[in-house]
Amino acid sequence: MYAFEFEKPTTIADAVKALGREDAQALGGGQTLIPSLKQRLAAPSVLVSLSGIKEMQGVCTGDDGSLCIGGATTHATVAKEAAAKYPALAALAGGIGDPAVRNKGTIGGSLANNDPSACYPAAVLASGATIVTNARKIAADDFFEGLFATALEPGEIITEVRFPVPEKANYQKFDQPASRFALTGVFVAKYAGGARVAVTGASEEGVFRWSEAEAALSGNFSADAVKGLSLSADGMIGDLHGTPAYRAHLAKVLTTRAVAAS
Amino acid sequence: MTKVTMTVNGKAVSGEVEGRTLLSSFLREGLGLTGTHVGCDTSQCGACVVHVDGKAVKSCTMFAADASGSAVRTIEGMANADGSLGTIQQAFQDHHGLQCGFCTPGMVMSAAALLAENPKPSEADVRHYLEGNICRCTGYHNIVKAVLAASGQDVSKIAAE
Amino acid sequence: MPKDHGIGASSKRREDIRFLTGKGVYTDDLNLHGQAHAVFVRSEVAHGRIVKIDTSAAAGMPGVLAVFTGEDFKDVGGNPAGWLINSRNGEPMREPKRPVLAHGKVRHVGDAYAAVVAETYAQAKDAAEQLAGDTEIEELPAIIDMGAALADASNRVHDEIPDNQCYDWGWIEDNRAAVDEAIKNAPHVTTLELVNNRLVPNAMEPRASIGEYFPGTGDYKLTTTSQNPHLTRLLVAAFVLGIPENKLTVVAPDVGGGFGSKIYHYGEEALVLAAAKKLARPVRWTAERSESFLSDAHGRDHVTKIELACEKDGTFIAFRTETMANVGAYLSNFATVTPTFLHGTLMAGPYKVPNVYVNVKTVFTNTAPVDAYRGAGRPEATFSLERVVDKMCRELGLDPFEVRRKNLLTKDMFPYTTPVGLAYDTGDYHATLDKAMQMADVAGFEARRAASAAKGKLRGMGLSTWIEACGIAPSHLVGVLGSRVGLYDAATVRVNATGNISVMTGAHSHGQGHETVFAQIVAEKLGIPESSVEIVHGDTSKIPFGMGSYGSRSLAVCGSAMNRAVDKIIAKGKKIAAHMLEAAEEDITFENGSFSVAGTDKAKTFGEIAFSAYVPHNYPLETLEPGLEETAFYDPANFTYPAGAYICEVEVDPDTGKVEVAAFHCADDFGNVMNPMIVEGQVHGGVGQGIGQALCENTSYDGNGQLLSGSYMDYAMPRADDVPFYNVDHSCQTPCTHNPLGVKGCGEAGAIGSPPAVVNAVIDALQRGGHKVDHIDMPVSPSRVWAAMQG
Ligand SMILES: Cc1cc2nc3c(=O)[nH]c(=O)nc-3n(C[C@H](O)[C@H](O)[C@H](O)COP(=O)(O)OP(=O)(O)OC[C@H]3O[C@@H](n4cnc5c(N)ncnc54)[C@H](O)[C@@H]3O)c2cc1C
Ligand code: FES
Ligand code: FES
Repeated sequence: MYAFEFEKPTTIADAVKALGREDAQALGGGQTLIPSLKQRLAAPSVLVSLSGIKEMQGVCTGDDGSLCIGGATTHATVAKEAAAKYPALAALAGGIGDPAVRNKGTIGGSLANNDPSACYPAAVLASGATIVTNARKIAADDFFEGLFATALEPGEIITEVRFPVPEKANYQKFDQPASRFALTGVFVAKYAGGARVAVTGASEEGVFRWSEAEAALSGNFSADAVKGLSLSADGMIGDLHGTPAYRAHLAKVLTTRAVAAS
Repeated sequence: MTKVTMTVNGKAVSGEVEGRTLLSSFLREGLGLTGTHVGCDTSQCGACVVHVDGKAVKSCTMFAADASGSAVRTIEGMANADGSLGTIQQAFQDHHGLQCGFCTPGMVMSAAALLAENPKPSEADVRHYLEGNICRCTGYHNIVKAVLAASGQDVSKIAAE
Repeated sequence: MPKDHGIGASSKRREDIRFLTGKGVYTDDLNLHGQAHAVFVRSEVAHGRIVKIDTSAAAGMPGVLAVFTGEDFKDVGGNPAGWLINSRNGEPMREPKRPVLAHGKVRHVGDAYAAVVAETYAQAKDAAEQLAGDTEIEELPAIIDMGAALADASNRVHDEIPDNQCYDWGWIEDNRAAVDEAIKNAPHVTTLELVNNRLVPNAMEPRASIGEYFPGTGDYKLTTTSQNPHLTRLLVAAFVLGIPENKLTVVAPDVGGGFGSKIYHYGEEALVLAAAKKLARPVRWTAERSESFLSDAHGRDHVTKIELACEKDGTFIAFRTETMANVGAYLSNFATVTPTFLHGTLMAGPYKVPNVYVNVKTVFTNTAPVDAYRGAGRPEATFSLERVVDKMCRELGLDPFEVRRKNLLTKDMFPYTTPVGLAYDTGDYHATLDKAMQMADVAGFEARRAASAAKGKLRGMGLSTWIEACGIAPSHLVGVLGSRVGLYDAATVRVNATGNISVMTGAHSHGQGHETVFAQIVAEKLGIPESSVEIVHGDTSKIPFGMGSYGSRSLAVCGSAMNRAVDKIIAKGKKIAAHMLEAAEEDITFENGSFSVAGTDKAKTFGEIAFSAYVPHNYPLETLEPGLEETAFYDPANFTYPAGAYICEVEVDPDTGKVEVAAFHCADDFGNVMNPMIVEGQVHGGVGQGIGQALCENTSYDGNGQLLSGSYMDYAMPRADDVPFYNVDHSCQTPCTHNPLGVKGCGEAGAIGSPPAVVNAVIDALQRGGHKVDHIDMPVSPSRVWAAMQG
């Protein structure tokens, strides 16, 4: 690691100020950032820890009935505190990494990082969630911009994520055998207005919505509805752990399973 | 350099650290508590697991400065007050849950966190909970058995006694 | 009733107390006064010519104490290969120099070409980064694929080796014509081409070394993560740095697993010593895990074609194999013996096959060195055999259990000399097969399969009947085979005046539990409590000599040396007792810790004898020396031959290709068992690694020689939820006939026997599910299984 200063503000305002310094970077749970600092892939001058900011912690219900999660809330907390209101989301959080990772890693960090194999982006996109930052609100459909890229501006922090709670939902993750991230993961959510299906881990463009499956499921939310569909392997990731064709296939299998399990 | 203060295994400690000093380095090099091991640089092996405010964390993936003000517990703090092995430690010895001993501190700390959350875990619960702790020696058999035994369950029927 | 102490008891491990309380002392735990930190600068390209290294900027950075490059070591020795293997045409193998730091060329990603020593680790790291930037390396095309390496003489890993071949070895060359003929005329021949996947050993403790130099005496000390400190001392002192052996102490303190990777001497060890001398301060280095992936010796990496000739009823006629074995960029210490004598000599398996011929071409590539990893050569042999037998059974519609039963050597055939030159001393392979089948409830398989099918899963069962040659020793044999060292071992048993005992053994314990088991044996033989016996290992200044722990040799060889030293203690004790009891030495008997005069009640306890040995007030000094300490060297007559039968059951998810190991049964014959708990633990660990090789571990280089699986993000280590409880048994015991303990060695068994059982089970599941798949290369990952099912 290169040397840097460490700051731990207690309010969003102070954090935003601290992040205004040159080459400052936010630190969520550090579960992604610290390993990359060790590899000297980043050289921040200041790390601004968000873990001391109370107003960014915890799970609550918004005025419109949505589930609101503070941007610095750990996966473990979401797994526990969202379980009653949005079980599929809680289960997703409870399936990220391992217990020690879940005790530190945060939803804001996961979304800001937008790893193509991460779990949360699938839930956010399939739920049509809203990402709230210190500066604005961003719709899920506008937030993810490809591998490790998001709509966030430098220094902008995710302070909260608001999830409309679906009638039914489920996340199916097929583990990459080494990292245990999603080799492919599918989040299916059924709302009064239709179904949304988001696929992570599969595409070279990052998390995406599978519109054919959404159309089919919006008419008939059952595993049968997906049967005749297939995803093209074009643009899917091919690596040590799976070919593009395998990932395309998995996306369909997992969609079917997610619908059956929701 | 920043000053950090915390309690480690019940004792108040303090030290000067750089921003980049990891909790694992502070424990090992700063405090000489070398029971916490470092087995990887990608936050995956779990040899470094300690408890911070009662929760299992990978001390290689947390800054010492971030732990300032916290209560930290390490493998050195797991024995009984009289120095005898604690329940989980004793179960590891009784059931041969360790060979080279390198993964062991992290395994014990993760097992302790599991049993605090789930006092009577199933075999599947134990295996799942230990997902972030890699052991190369034991094939996990006796680790899982030891954790089940530490929870007070009968392990005598498990394959091959 | 099982025993509660001594030989055969499951004594709890005494070493556990320190490991469980965080008081173990591993190399990186040491914190020496005045220590400086070394960081290595490693090649980012697989193959390149070093054009220029400008060290000036790095040398001037804060805290930097010294910078080393290959130039600094060009006049010292190289790290040698331990075995000289000759090609079929009689030519000796090609043996390029392996320098401390790469000089002239870099030959694999991770090849260290420079090192920086600084006051702090961070400063050394900064300077290393600077140095990397100030280095010019002209990249050359990488040589990765073995076939291409042999075919293309224009591109060479070592400029002086034209075809990138180390040797072309035939075993046994005299069998060749007869085997060719037998295969030509056989009623049936099954052919299988397979890959034995490259593995990264991944002991959980990364390698670490600390060098010290004491200017006052000119002594050196190396503390290092080693399975065999004496061998390391020999290599560093005599071969590499030219330090007198008696001026170098090598200590291997607690070591966090080895599995082969810590047998070898590595350049980092020589560098910290040289740097310590230059700076007159301790110099330390600990690998980051990413460095381990790039620079630890890897394992396996064979590409093999095997042919099995048989009668239509499955009776074996001959086996023939052609293998390309990857040694990587340099010859690691055991790299040349692993694919040859540890592999080819096992190619008859536990079978009565009339003839066998093995050909191995060993190839240099721009990848990390490859050497022995748990099992070393024997897993490769077992995998080839057990897979081809399985395939043959399917081709001929024969029952794999019956085919094994028909071809296994019968217990009345021992001692038995195989067509590939080994003399198996004893065994009962039908007994372990029967036992495994009983444990696995083979008859109940159909019901279990139906239950899996009802859940939408394909279930399969796979068998492997394995044998290995271990207790790696007999110097007379290994000498004939090309070893440059002897493979005996040594122990000193020191009885202290107060009757407690220090045993200095040449074995090193890095998980195997020697401190407990060796004490059990000594205590039982001397009739004293286990707690009175201390086992000392891992320090060349304390131990007479030793070749270390690998090849399942610790108990069979080192334990036998210790056993012999104890016998000498008893003999000396009898002399002392005869003197004290005023009797003839022949009349003294020793039993249950007491020396007595036969037929009388005159006796002395072991403690009294020990005390007298050190307080020899009235000794007849011409005939009786004071003191009670004995050293023995032991060199066995033969290898030992553990064997067994493993049965694996898997469930395959046909939608995703994911394989789950539903059950794993091991029936092993390890001869006599000293501590069942520890033996079972060794089998569990080996099987865990074998399942890892079979299902998930994949070391992959791309065409440019970049390691694609260079961290746990991409190298899939088996986790607790990847494996089941294992059902292990060692009740079939045919004691080794030539060592005093009758033990055979159990450390590698699990890793040898398990991979083919797993893969055979997967193929069985797919076949029963109607998929015409007859082979999938390891690791049998979900994506590969799924792809195979697509046809
Ligand atoms: C062993 C292991 C296994 C894992 N398995 C999974 C898995 O299965 N699925 C999965 O999805 N993830 C997995 N992860 C990743 C994990 O979920 C991380 O916690 C997450 O990706 C990053 O969150 P963090 O809070 O740790 O962020 P950090 O690592 O602190 O930061 C990541 C990035 O986000 C920025 N950032 C952090 N917080 C904010 C914020 N509030 N606003 C704006 N920017 C911010 C940082 O500046 C940095 O660029 C795993 C990680 C590990 C170590
Ligand atoms: S050292 Fe912390 S996870 Fe490996
Ligand atoms: S006991 Fe050696 S790594 Fe677990």
